[in-house]
Amino acid sequence: MKFYCFHLMPYADLDLDYYKKYDSAWVTLPNSYYDPKKGHILYNRYLDELEYAEEVGFDGVCVNEHHSNAYGLMPVPGVMAGALARRTKRVKIAVLGRALPLINNPLTVAEEFAMIDNITAGRLVAGFVRGIGAEYHSWGVNPAESHDRFHEAHDLIVRGWTETGPFPFEGKYYHFNYVNVWPRPYQQPHPPIWIPSQGSRETIEWAVDPARKYTYLQTFSPVTALARYMQMYRDEAEKRGYTASPMQLGWAVPTYVADTDAEAYREAKPHVENFFNRFLRMPPEMLLPPGYLSLASMKGVMKAKGAMTGGEKTIDELMKVGMFMCGGVDTIVQKFEAYQKQIGFGYLLTALQFGTLPHDLTKKNMKIFGEKVIPRLRHLAEEPAPKAKAV
Amino acid sequence: MSEPRQSFETVAGCKVNLRRAGRGEPLLFLHGAQGAPLWLPFMAALARRFEVIVPEHPGFGLSDTPEWLDNIADLAFFYLDFMAALGLERVNLVGSSLGGWIAAEIAVRDQHPLKTLTLAAPSGIHVKGLNPADLFLWSREQAIRNLVADQALAEKMLSQPQSDEQIDLMLKNNFTTAKLAWQPRLYDPHLYKWLHRITVPTLILWGDSDKLMPPAYGPEYRKRIPGSKLLVFKHCGHLPHVEKTGEYVAAVTEFIEGARP
Repeated sequence: MKFYCFHLMPYADLDLDYYKKYDSAWVTLPNSYYDPKKGHILYNRYLDELEYAEEVGFDGVCVNEHHSNAYGLMPVPGVMAGALARRTKRVKIAVLGRALPLINNPLTVAEEFAMIDNITAGRLVAGFVRGIGAEYHSWGVNPAESHDRFHEAHDLIVRGWTETGPFPFEGKYYHFNYVNVWPRPYQQPHPPIWIPSQGSRETIEWAVDPARKYTYLQTFSPVTALARYMQMYRDEAEKRGYTASPMQLGWAVPTYVADTDAEAYREAKPHVENFFNRFLRMPPEMLLPPGYLSLASMKGVMKAKGAMTGGEKTIDELMKVGMFMCGGVDTIVQKFEAYQKQIGFGYLLTALQFGTLPHDLTKKNMKIFGEKVIPRLRHLAEEPAPKAKAV
Repeated sequence: MSEPRQSFETVAGCKVNLRRAGRGEPLLFLHGAQGAPLWLPFMAALARRFEVIVPEHPGFGLSDTPEWLDNIADLAFFYLDFMAALGLERVNLVGSSLGGWIAAEIAVRDQHPLKTLTLAAPSGIHVKGLNPADLFLWSREQAIRNLVADQALAEKMLSQPQSDEQIDLMLKNNFTTAKLAWQPRLYDPHLYKWLHRITVPTLILWGDSDKLMPPAYGPEYRKRIPGSKLLVFKHCGHLPHVEKTGEYVAAVTEFIEGARP
C-alpha cells in the first residue's frame, strides 16, 4: 500500500459559537471571523506538518481547493504545492484536486500542474474534482453545467498536456484557437490523474474507462459506501475487459492513532466532533444546489434525507460507520488491514489533522502513524501498480 | 371549476404538456420557476372570458427536457415556434416571474403574434444595487413563507404534504430553473437594451410585499417599455395570481378588453 498524508488546512481558530448566528461555516460566514495574524501562524504550522509527513515515512502529501469557508484555507492549492515542492525531496505532492468547473480558464490548471511537475521532477499527482455544492453558491458557477464543464475542462487539460501545440480546442464552454501549454509536464504523457468523489456511479463509469483508468478516491464516507463504490469500480473494470489494480482505488479518511484506544478516543473526541459539526456544517440547499447532482442521484438523496440532515454527530457514531478511524496502534492496524483485505484499495489517504486538532497532537498522531502503523500495513496490496507510462 | 383539456404537443422536437380551457381570445400563460403542476383558480376564472392555454415549459413538469435547452433565449424562440405551430394569433401573453422574463424575451424578438403583454413580477433585467433574494438558498418552507405575504396562506400551503411525485417534479423544476437563471442570476444582461422594441400594450403587475423580486423593479420595467402601465397589489407577495386571485383576474381582464391596438 501507499500512504498519503491529507490536509484540509482548516481555520482551526474559528469561533465555534459562530453557528448561533450563522447556519454554516461556508458561503455566508463573514470573513471577519478570520484573523490574518492567526492565519499566518496556521499556514506555516500546516506546511510544517506536511513536511514532517515526509520525515515520518509517508509516500505523499495532499492539498486541495476550497473557497469561502473556514473548512479549508487553500483556495489556490498550487501555492501550497509550490511551497512543498522545494521543501520536500521525496514525497509525491497530490493536489486533490482543482475544482475544474469553478475555474474560468482550465488551461491555468494545466500550466500550474505542469510547473509543479517540472520543479519536482515528476512528483505531482493531478487531482480533478467538481468542487463542493456550496462553492457554486460562492463562485456564481452554474451547478447545472457542473458535469459538462468538468468533462470538457478535463479533455482540454489532458489534450493540452499530450498533444503538440498549438492546436484549436472547440468546446461548448471553452474555445481556444491556440492551445499551447508551456511548460509541458515532466511526467509523460502526463502526471497520474486521481478522481476524489463522495460516491457516484457516473464518476466511476467515467474514471474506470480503459482510456483513462484513473485512480478513484472515496472521500469521507461510511465504510459501507466505500465498499460498495470500490466494488462498483472493479465490476465496471471487468465489464470493460480488464481487472482493476488496487492502485486504482484509494480511501481518504480522518484518522487518529495513539498508544491506546482510550487515549486516542479522549484526545480526538472534541476535535473530530468540531470537524463534522462545525466546519462541515451546512444546510442541504447549500450543499446540494439544483443541478449539482443528476436528477436521479438527487431523488435518491431526497429519499435518504433523514440520514443526511441527522443533526450533530458524535465520535461514537463516526467511528461506528467508519467515517473516522480512531484507536490504539493495534486497533488501527487491525481495522485498516481488515478493510484493505475486504475492500482492496491500494492508496490510503489519512487526514491526520482535522477540525481543531492542535499541532502537538497532530504531530504525535503523524509520528505514531508513520512509525508504527505504516510499516505493519505496507505489505498489503503488493500487486504491481498499473503499468508505468513510458517516458 | 371546469376541467381543462390536457394534451401533449411536440414543437421543435420537444414534447410539452399543455392544458387549455375556455373560449375567446387566446391567453397564453407562462408559469414561473415553480412550474404549473395544477389547474389553479385564476386559470379557471380567466377561462370564463378567454381561451386559456397553459403549457409547462421545456424542462419543467411533465414536459421533455430537450438537448437544446440552455437559456431563456431558447425558450423565447421555442414559444415563437409554439405559437406558430398551434396557429395562435393575437395572443394575450401573460407571464409570471420567470415566465414574465420569457414573455419579455419573446416580445423583443417578435411581437407579431401578440395582442397584449402582461408581466407579473418578471425577472429578466438587473439594476445595480437592486438584488433579488437568493431563492436557491431557501428551504421549501422558507420559499413558501417568502413567496406569499399572507402567512396564514403560507401555513395552509405548508400543511399540504408533498407526494413523491410532487418532490420529483419540484427537483426537475429546480434543476431547470438553475440551468436557466443561476448565472447571471435571474437576468439576461442584454434584455434591457431592447425592451423599447415592445410596442404592444403592456401591463406590469407587482406585489408590494414581494420578497423575491424587489417591487422597485416595477418602475424599472415600466420606464423601459414604452406606454406600459404598472399596477401594484397591496399586501401581496411574489404570486399575485395566487394571493390576490380576484384582483389579478379583474386587472388582466380589464386590461386585455381595453386594449385596442
